[in-house]
Amino acid sequence: MSSEAYYVPSQSRWPILASIALFLLAYGAGSMINGLSSEESGSGGMILLAGAVLMALILIGWFGNVINESMSGLYSEQMDRSFRWGMSWFIFSEVMFFAAFFGTLFYVRTLAVPWLGGEGEKGVSNMLWEGFQAQWPLMTTPDMEQFPGPQQVIDPWHLPLLNTVLLVASSFTVTVAHKALKNNSRNNIVLWLAVTVMLAGAFLFFQAAEYIEAYEELGLTLHAGIYGATFFVLTGFHGLHVTLGTFMLLVIWLRVLRGHFEPENHFGFEAVAWYWHFVDVVWIGLFLFVYIL
Amino acid sequence: MRAIIHSLLLASWLFPCAAFADWGLNMPPGVTEISQAVFDLHMTIFWICVAIGVLVFSIMLWSIIHHRKSRGAKAHNFHENTLVEILWTVIPFFILVGMAVPATATLVKMYSTSDADIDIKVTGYQWKWRYEYLGEDLDFFSSLSTPREQINNSEEKSENYLLEVDNPLVIPVGKKVRFLFTANDVIHSWWVPAFAVKKDAIPGFINESWTVVNEPGIYRGQCAELCGKDHGFMPIVVEVKAEADYQQWLADAKAAKQTASDAATQDWSMEQLMAKGEQVYNTACAVCHQANGEGLPGVFPGLKGSAIALGDPAAHIDVVVNGKAGTAMQAFRDQLSAVELAAVITYERNAWGNNVGDMVTPAQIAAEKQ
Amino acid sequence: MTTLKHSVEAEHHHGPAKGLSRWFYTTNHKDIGSMYLWFSFAMFLTGGCMALMIRAELFQPGLQLIQPDFFNQMTTMHGLIMVFGAVMPAFVGLANWMIPMMIGAPDMALPRMNNWSFWILPFAFAMMLSTLFMAGGAPNFGWTFYAPLSTTYAPPSVTFFIFAVHMMGISSIMGAINIIATILNLRAPGMTMMKLPLFVWTWLITAFLLIAVMPVLAGVVTMMLMDIHFGTSFFNAAGGGDPVLFQHVFWFFGHPEVYIMILPAFGIVSEIIPTFARKRLFGYASMVYATASIAFLSFIVWAHHMFTVGMPLVGEVFFMFSTMLIAVPTGVKVFNWVATMFRGSMTFETPMLFALAFVVLFTIGGFSGLMLAIAPADFQYHDTYFVVAHFHYVLVPGAVFSIMAGAYYWLPKWTGNMYSEALGKWHFWLSFVGVNITFFPMHFIGLAGMPRRIPDYALQFADFNAIASVGAFIFGFSQLLFLYIVIRCIRGGDKATDEVWEDPEGLEWTVASPAPYHTFSEPPLVK
Ligand code: HEA
Ligand code: HEA
Ligand code: HEC
Ligand code: CUA
Ligand SMILES: [Cu+2]
Repeated sequence: MSSEAYYVPSQSRWPILASIALFLLAYGAGSMINGLSSEESGSGGMILLAGAVLMALILIGWFGNVINESMSGLYSEQMDRSFRWGMSWFIFSEVMFFAAFFGTLFYVRTLAVPWLGGEGEKGVSNMLWEGFQAQWPLMTTPDMEQFPGPQQVIDPWHLPLLNTVLLVASSFTVTVAHKALKNNSRNNIVLWLAVTVMLAGAFLFFQAAEYIEAYEELGLTLHAGIYGATFFVLTGFHGLHVTLGTFMLLVIWLRVLRGHFEPENHFGFEAVAWYWHFVDVVWIGLFLFVYIL
Repeated sequence: MRAIIHSLLLASWLFPCAAFADWGLNMPPGVTEISQAVFDLHMTIFWICVAIGVLVFSIMLWSIIHHRKSRGAKAHNFHENTLVEILWTVIPFFILVGMAVPATATLVKMYSTSDADIDIKVTGYQWKWRYEYLGEDLDFFSSLSTPREQINNSEEKSENYLLEVDNPLVIPVGKKVRFLFTANDVIHSWWVPAFAVKKDAIPGFINESWTVVNEPGIYRGQCAELCGKDHGFMPIVVEVKAEADYQQWLADAKAAKQTASDAATQDWSMEQLMAKGEQVYNTACAVCHQANGEGLPGVFPGLKGSAIALGDPAAHIDVVVNGKAGTAMQAFRDQLSAVELAAVITYERNAWGNNVGDMVTPAQIAAEKQ
Repeated sequence: MTTLKHSVEAEHHHGPAKGLSRWFYTTNHKDIGSMYLWFSFAMFLTGGCMALMIRAELFQPGLQLIQPDFFNQMTTMHGLIMVFGAVMPAFVGLANWMIPMMIGAPDMALPRMNNWSFWILPFAFAMMLSTLFMAGGAPNFGWTFYAPLSTTYAPPSVTFFIFAVHMMGISSIMGAINIIATILNLRAPGMTMMKLPLFVWTWLITAFLLIAVMPVLAGVVTMMLMDIHFGTSFFNAAGGGDPVLFQHVFWFFGHPEVYIMILPAFGIVSEIIPTFARKRLFGYASMVYATASIAFLSFIVWAHHMFTVGMPLVGEVFFMFSTMLIAVPTGVKVFNWVATMFRGSMTFETPMLFALAFVVLFTIGGFSGLMLAIAPADFQYHDTYFVVAHFHYVLVPGAVFSIMAGAYYWLPKWTGNMYSEALGKWHFWLSFVGVNITFFPMHFIGLAGMPRRIPDYALQFADFNAIASVGAFIFGFSQLLFLYIVIRCIRGGDKATDEVWEDPEGLEWTVASPAPYHTFSEPPLVK
């Protein structure tokens, strides 16, 4: 927080490299996915991998630059605010991304499935699916041959409840770590961040266990009709965000070990904490609307 | 001067409107009560917009002419006036309310599908319509009948170019007809402007709509939702007949269906099958697999030299009769009679140098259809 | 302070780096703005050539030049390229150039991310255009890509289309975040929110819309991807999904998207009209509130694109009313512009001509929009050329004209040279005449019943289609003149003064022409 004027970085090669990496990622993923359904083996996977590695390196380099600039005091308070605005709006965009899937869930539950089952204003549609009845969770789909419904769904009061506890707890521990940072008690930061990461890891572990159970025992798959589709897309994208968040937590943990962050200047830390709370809140929504209700 | 400009301006607005009634380029008022209501609504909003437009553009033009620097105009200094700002927020709002009332009334009428005399289920297929008269044993497909040659400009285009079909939908005059729309593959939209009925046909769901037509006649429309390659080539023709003529037509149509199924028990020779097959192929299959059997690479597979056309006839019959779920290849079991199916499969196995030599009989098809 | 010298001050003296690395590695808002603008123009030509292909095929009934499947690919790519490649990047380009200068900021808030936002675009569009050469052809399901035509029945290239959309989304979101951060955080001292130029205000709100809806687009294409490749049934009734669900999610994005393409245009026009009317903008505050109301309403009107899908009656009525309401704040804007001209002292340089044409032609497009909003009437208009006429009126003489107006208005500031006023006027009049010949007849053929997205049509539509096609070629080729004018202006011409126009308002006119590579390393004081 030393300089008065706004810091405008000089030329940087990261952006264009990152664009190339993104292109490779997208192109590779596209080729690979298209290869899946046409049974051709292509170079898609390799391109994807190359893109991923390149992207990882770039992110390390790019964030490395930012960290160095920050540590050498190039950033002003104003710069700090730019980062804060940036992160807040990024999280807002993530909220809207999930909103699309929650909207989907509400739409099918309150409109599409009842209509197909003969209820409501478009209930005549049931003519096409004789015998189909609306229920949620959707165990019997309109066309069981094409989309065999699940035999069973996840019981919210076992793993999901445990996961809720884990994630909520981790939101607390990350806050404790933040407090510790503000009080400059380095050991406590390290400890509580480590706990947070462990809680996150446990969450991911149980989530994986749940998926395996769903696929192997419950017949709850992506293919199991709209219940499975909404279930996996919501919990799956949440899981991806937890994974990303866990990485971010790990990174700041390592940075703390290296002595980064000051009690009154630690935006990187806060950004990760915000993100983590966001992930937590999404989970509460999931627990309510996907598992319980 | 000002008066002249104003009248010119007004005239330039009125002219096209007056004219397009003569050229037939406005919305047709149609032949049902609903379509009339819609037409009136359309003209009302149109004239309101014209009036507001004339007002706004006149003031603007007036400023452009009178308040130009080259005429020595000096800029005034005002840049706010709460009263006018409130007025031009509130007045448009009430104009809108004025439009919303009749619009809602019409909408409510359009939505009352109860108490129909006849129910017809309309199913969109790529790229034809299927009409099922519910409660009557009648069910047929309706597709474009304009010859390819006209489309490819090698023949003179006929009067109803692209708006003609082989089997039009027939309904009686003065009866409330309820339509149940759905689709077999992608979304289509059934639209006959003269009835002001346009409703999407959505696969897996049913949408309802209705009409009462007061004048006998032939009414034409088109599919109004992009549904793939031949979206532009799936017209709708509705013949509205007097009650007696309608009953006659109904009886004839049922009789014709019986004759067609009798044909299946006849004996068919290879030549007969090939000749009929070519005809069926060109009407039912060539849109996708192309007249030369080569298909469109990447979209529709070629049948010329294809493994299926050269291989086991059972597999070939299966794919044509039952289609392939989740692809554009639809089931033809209801669309074509046993004879037509036998003919077209025989044709595919022996045309374009696919000289397998075997013949598929109507009996085989009948067995598969069970 | 010493380190600061190293970064900003040092470059200040050097100016831009030499060679290609200037463009690849730049963090300068002006360079990035220029790249956006050139990219947008290239896409405008590309999308325009596709439009010309469409218009050439529709010149006469019958199939002459291209086959139906390719025609659909052209329609789809034309729509996508114009929307995501031409109009949106052009506005982002203008934002990059002008916002920092207008608010007295040294640059954009996050300069490296700014460059990333730009550079993703060429790659995204390279991927999108490459689908034209893939087996089965490019996306052929319209720019609205309704399921299941775009899922179960789509060509394999749809996978790449989906990823291209993801990339564009990432680019737009980052661009928008940057703009918001810049506006909220980098204003010069004294530049309060209610002193912001309207272009800045409209962009602030546009950026908010972008961040709110681009992720939804990403969500819906992701669901498509899952339906196509991973066996889900979001848009398939057989598994309990609904094809119409796709449309709801798409239009939740799609309708705000069309306002994303018009709000910055409102901003530009609100800058230009006061300058050439030599009078302050009438009703500044109500302009701001109107923009915000339009943005708010844009979230609750989406299903007016879906009146014919068979929504329940209440839905139909709700969306009809909310849509009609948009006419109120938009009307406020139109009236304010007219009131600004009223009793002004007007001159008619090229930017003003485009701005005036904007006001008139956009309003005509708005009126047809209002007609479309009347649900029962929309049953007749929907998916006909009347809709095509509506949205081209708001997009071409709307969005595109405003971009051209902005380009002429600020070109002297960017290059330091005046463009040729005579040629500019030629460009304007050719465009104005061309655009109306192209799109006005579409109202008629639409009302007479010609559906959109068809490669061939019944005989009664022939005359007006021929006229529209002629207009399209006039309008299209006039744009080459624009290219020439811009290049000539960059190369030289009469020197522009710092103010360029007669006493214009705004900080951008206080810096030199051409604007120095770094403006406002010292924040100006705004009174
Ligand atoms: C820049 C883009 C833009 C803008 C600004 C608008 C503005 C509006 N649009 Fe448009 N629209 C599109 C782009 C845009 N649209 C596109 C691309 C499509 C087609 C998508 C596709 O299917 O491919 C479309 C389609 C579309 C439809 C669907 C049609 C259909 O498919 O059946 C509807 C229906 O309600 C509609 C309505 C409106 C309305 C009410 C406005 C309003 O905002 C207009 C408000 C303005 C005015 C009304 C004029 C000025 C006001 C006054 C002078 C005040 C007084 C006036 C009165 C009281 C009447 N639009
Ligand atoms: C901002 C958006 C935008 C813009 C600017 C335009 C511009 C134009 N559009 Fe359109 N258009 C859309 C957005 C836009 N469009 C959308 C969203 C659709 C719906 C798609 C769908 O249905 O899915 C559509 C659909 C659409 C259709 C309907 C297609 C159909 O339903 O099948 C038509 C038909 O006439 C058309 C025509 C035109 C024309 C003639 C122009 C002209 O204004 C274009 C003028 C520009 C040029 C012609 C380029 C100039 C350059 C040259 C001529 C020189 C070439 C030289 C070199 C390359 C060196 N457009
Ligand atoms: C709307 C388009 C369409 C129409 C009409 C159509 N087909 Fe097909 N057909 C397809 C598509 C698409 C496939 C590929 C299905 C797949 O992906 O396996 C196909 C596959 C086939 C196959 C299997 C080819 C192979 O190599 O797998 C045969 C045989 C066939 N069609 C015959 C017919 C016949 C006979 C008709 C008319 C009576 C017909 N088709 C009409 C689209 C169509
Ligand atoms: Cu069927 Cu368009
Ligand atoms: Cu809209």
